[in-house]
Amino acid sequence: MSQDTLNFILIGLSFALYIAIAFRSKAGSTKEYYVAGGGVSPFANGMATAADWMSAATFISMAGTVAISGYDASRFLMGWTGGFVLLTVLMVPYLRKFNKATVPDFVGDRYYSKLARGVAVGCAIFICMTYIMGQMRGVGVVFSQLFGISITSGVIIGGAIVFFYAGLGGMKGITYTQVAQYAVMAFAYTIPAIYIAMALTGNVIPQLGLIGNYSAGSEVVPFLEKLNNINTELGFSEYTSGKMSTLNMFCITAALMCGTAGLPHVIVRFFTVKDVRAVRKSACWTLAFIAVIYLTAPTIGAFSRVNLIEKLHNTPYSGVPSWFHEFEETGQMAWVDKNDDGRIQYFGPGKSEEGSFTVFLGSKSPEYPAFDAPERQRIGKYGERLLANKADDSNPNELWFGNDIMVMANPHMAGLPMWVIALLMAGCIAAALSTAAGLLLVLSTSISHDLMKNILNPNLSDREEVNYARFASFVALAVAVYFGINPPSQFIAKTVAFAFGLAASSFFPTLLMGIFSARMNKQGAISGMLAGILFTFIYITYFQFLGGTPDQYLFGITPEGIGFIGMLLNFTVAFAVCAFTEPPPEEIVAMVEEIHIPSSHARDNDSCTDKN
Amino acid sequence: MQKEIPRAHRRACLRITLALLAVWFFISFGCSILLRDWLDATMPAVGNAPFGFWMAQQGSIIGFVLLLIAYAFLMNRLDNNHGYTKDK
Repeated sequence: MSQDTLNFILIGLSFALYIAIAFRSKAGSTKEYYVAGGGVSPFANGMATAADWMSAATFISMAGTVAISGYDASRFLMGWTGGFVLLTVLMVPYLRKFNKATVPDFVGDRYYSKLARGVAVGCAIFICMTYIMGQMRGVGVVFSQLFGISITSGVIIGGAIVFFYAGLGGMKGITYTQVAQYAVMAFAYTIPAIYIAMALTGNVIPQLGLIGNYSAGSEVVPFLEKLNNINTELGFSEYTSGKMSTLNMFCITAALMCGTAGLPHVIVRFFTVKDVRAVRKSACWTLAFIAVIYLTAPTIGAFSRVNLIEKLHNTPYSGVPSWFHEFEETGQMAWVDKNDDGRIQYFGPGKSEEGSFTVFLGSKSPEYPAFDAPERQRIGKYGERLLANKADDSNPNELWFGNDIMVMANPHMAGLPMWVIALLMAGCIAAALSTAAGLLLVLSTSISHDLMKNILNPNLSDREEVNYARFASFVALAVAVYFGINPPSQFIAKTVAFAFGLAASSFFPTLLMGIFSARMNKQGAISGMLAGILFTFIYITYFQFLGGTPDQYLFGITPEGIGFIGMLLNFTVAFAVCAFTEPPPEEIVAMVEEIHIPSSHARDNDSCTDKN
Repeated sequence: MQKEIPRAHRRACLRITLALLAVWFFISFGCSILLRDWLDATMPAVGNAPFGFWMAQQGSIIGFVLLLIAYAFLMNRLDNNHGYTKDK
């Protein structure tokens, strides 16, 4: 059986499963559509949230990022897991108690203002839109590789599938499909890691392998020492010590954590369980399931870096393993023979005077001559695929590879059986679909519930609202598909900073003050939100799109981490304005008191349960 | 009496929250970023990994999971002690 057939079978099976589940748990009412009827078990919700959280980008490129930047990549590992601690202890139990369907709902009611609700809806839509574009692109790329179709048709097929079960099934439909998708993803991620850990370190558990010994070479040495040696020999900085400044590292980690705690599509997941107790339990499961993948990512990164370098560095091109040619074909790896010795050399910035290790000039990813170009322009003298880019002769590095190669090429490098590769493909699609579906739902509810019903037309009936939601999800998806097909160049990668920066500087402080400070009024919250968003937005736009240079950074903080400063600004402005304006009305203060009481049951029976 | 229970409950709840957040800050920002170099040099290695590096890539994540388990356990016990039993 060929690899393609196996891929088809495994992905086909997983699709049949998702659609069957979505069909069985189709939503009827608005409550089922928005929050799955509020009766999902904590365990199932934990799995579903984990699947929602693991996007295609995380699934494919996180291990690659760790492999390339070593310790510095810890900011993502910690930022995207530690945020759940904030989310759980500060946010979701209280928001769940408040018992509304969406996050802008809380902002609008707590700050008794349509303007506040409007700002929140705007942020929610922007955050989800930037995210979902990348997901659709990811689905398209995987489909096009699999079925040999164009990326455009890949994106459209992916969009149709997502619409089918998210648009129709609502939260109830996607929650149960995400449970299945998590299972597929977890196996797809951990099985290759286990194989490689056994091959390189003789340890079955990859996490022990990482701190264990490297046993595949002629002598047994500590694995991380081996990795550090390889790195320094080739002119990279030591794997276990970073080169990012401590302040910057701190700010980025903090921005990612607070951003995570303020992402509307994550918060809304916890509205699907029964009560506050179930929220706490569900959060434990969520983080545990996420940790399975996040604890494996650094091991995959480290192992595959050693594997890649051992297999390719100083190898004659004629002797490279066959997978190298496959990735050359798809444009994920490239070799430029600068010194004309027919061998692949991989060197870091330490080996050149300029401190760079770019392989070719011009764009970040390789460009190729047209298919109808003469053969000598397309194929080099060793049979390699030639690039249209000019070689960068200021450094000796000859090997280029994309970040996502570490996960995708891993099973090939380790010579794993074909079904593992097919499983990986299925896992990758599961990651993209589950995140896209979750985001789509938040987008459609933001539009139908917050914008249509609560701001524009309060007389909407339940039935009409669900139909609006379905219609909104169709429109949102159409926009996402459009941008998936025509990505605004480098835009998507850069918008991640945007999504987290905005969530950290808008939702996180606003929700936090709304829950813990009964004194906070609408003037304070709105001016704080606007100050935070504007500052973050302008800073990121200036440096990412208008050509600001790194030496203009405020305290050397990159745009990734500026959300943290935006958040501090939001707090400061909000409290300052609040101090000079009148306190919120009495019923709001009572409402804030109310959300701190974990269940309504005890309040009715105060007299018989008092222990104090 | 009506107001006493919520207040006592809220104070205790805040104590738990702040204590857990202190641990959270210590293991993530403290051990893995601010004190990392010092920990790498002075603390015993975890397996073959320098302590600070291990905390940043593995230890902190394990710590986060434990924190949430502790939170669920402590808060549910607190609710029981204050008579907030299961809803319905």
